[in-house]
Amino acid sequence: MWSPPCNVGSTVTTSIAAPEPPTRELAIRVRGLRRSYGDFEAVRGLDLDIHRGEVFALLGPNGAGKTTTVEIIEGYRPRSAGEVTVLGFDPALGERALRERVGIVLQETVADQYLTVLEMVQMFTGYFPHPLEPQEALALVGLSEQAGTRVRRLSGGQRRRLDVALGIIGDPELLFLDEPTTGFDPNARREAWDMVRGLRSLGKTVLLTTHYLDEAQQLADRVGIMARGRLIALGTPDELMGTGGAAIIEFEFGGSEGTPPELPANAIVEQGRVVIHTTEPTRVLAPLVAWAAAAGRELPGLRVVRPSLEDVYLELVARAEEMTP
Amino acid sequence: MSGLRLALRQVGYENRSMRRNPASAFFTAIFPLIFLVVFTAVFGNREIPVEGGTTSMATYYVASIAAYSVINACYTNVAMNVAFAQDLGQLKRLRGTPLPAWALLGGKVLHAVLIGLVLVVIVAAFGWVFYGVDLPTRTLPAALLALAVGSAAFAAMGIAVATIVPNSDAAPAVVNGIMLPLTFISDLFIPMQSAPEWLTTFASLFPLRHMAIAVRTAFNPFESGLGYEPMHLAIVAAWGLAAALFASRYFRWEPRR
Repeated sequence: MWSPPCNVGSTVTTSIAAPEPPTRELAIRVRGLRRSYGDFEAVRGLDLDIHRGEVFALLGPNGAGKTTTVEIIEGYRPRSAGEVTVLGFDPALGERALRERVGIVLQETVADQYLTVLEMVQMFTGYFPHPLEPQEALALVGLSEQAGTRVRRLSGGQRRRLDVALGIIGDPELLFLDEPTTGFDPNARREAWDMVRGLRSLGKTVLLTTHYLDEAQQLADRVGIMARGRLIALGTPDELMGTGGAAIIEFEFGGSEGTPPELPANAIVEQGRVVIHTTEPTRVLAPLVAWAAAAGRELPGLRVVRPSLEDVYLELVARAEEMTP
Repeated sequence: MSGLRLALRQVGYENRSMRRNPASAFFTAIFPLIFLVVFTAVFGNREIPVEGGTTSMATYYVASIAAYSVINACYTNVAMNVAFAQDLGQLKRLRGTPLPAWALLGGKVLHAVLIGLVLVVIVAAFGWVFYGVDLPTRTLPAALLALAVGSAAFAAMGIAVATIVPNSDAAPAVVNGIMLPLTFISDLFIPMQSAPEWLTTFASLFPLRHMAIAVRTAFNPFESGLGYEPMHLAIVAAWGLAAALFASRYFRWEPRR
């Protein structure tokens, strides 16, 4: 069976061992982070560096310790052990100076139903020393036309955008986005992605958590995958998906047509469908195509695809869940 | 912006939000008047004995409902408001901004106190116009002190109770379930002269009866002194202080899930 490129695991260790060049300042630095709830250890020794100006996506199944980790970094939860530094501050101290420089977009928040969009944003401008203009923040999230609308009349997607507007109103250096596009229709998601790209081009650091792997693949400079309280993979989406030309070859094959030559050992034949994970798609494909051409037949449904981040993610998480008790 | 200015700003937004919900604003304003009119009608606006003479039932009720207005505005409304804001994630979001915690809660409390005072003015004015009730003049400082101490203490109790409310669905049941029975035995709605002594003793353990007495003394037209009730106010204040300590220890910003 195909497995993710072996450099994935080593990416984790190398990025920790080798110090980054001093020119790249860290926005978030985490060392040996642990957090227990009674007997259950939700986070079991996590190291993580997030650079300034980077969009970092933290992924992982429910129960992986993702939310706990992010909430410790945001300052909402205390930690059991380890070091956490956010923009030079310890978030556990809850200092106002730190909160002036970060923006937090939580998952489930309901804005005041009876205030208008503009009033909500204006209310929040007062909390920060150097806020954006309210209209500017609304333009960034595409809510300019709803400025005078009361919150209770907004659609679900518009409310989510208001959440983001309230997160960026303080012109933060570091923005936490917790599942920012859940419940969005495809158009709204594209617009949200453009907005995150816009923030990135302004030099903001973004820590994103999401269940949409395509979202991470589209937006993130680097991706970290958590399972069972640990970071099991870290790297750019390209690194994780394999730079060595990893590919998945698929075609339909009934079996009545005779056996094609040289099916690789790791080929999976299931319900008339052949799936081959390989890092040498050309070499695997050549004899198959030659055989089909010689037999004067097609390989129906033939596709050669690069494994998506989702494929890699599912594979890595499944492996981590098997390994750890 | 300084914390104090932020707290005052929060008061403005709380108020705007309340006014935009007309049903809520209307009933908050009309509720004490309904009680005043209904109770006076039910028990008859007859003369009843008070310290130093007899007054009309309406006089008794204007003072009692004034005390009740403060309790309702500060305790009930603050408890509900905080419990909902917590459950909806609003407190958690604000906790992540530079808005100081005390400015956030202070804004809610201050708004509640102002509402309570407006209700007292409405009730007193209504009683004066329609029932010819005497309003305190010489004892006005005592009345204001009682209302101020009560406002602060009952607001603190509201925040304390909000910390034990499991979620917003349960909020009305918990908040009223604690306060409403006490309201009926604390000489606020029903004159307690004929009540068994054990019930009065039991009611005396809680702050409502003391609040009612303090306000009524200041509203009593036969009051010969300045109308202060330091012992009763001290008990109300002690409850407020205990509630504040409890809240500062157990207050939660996040929804319970």
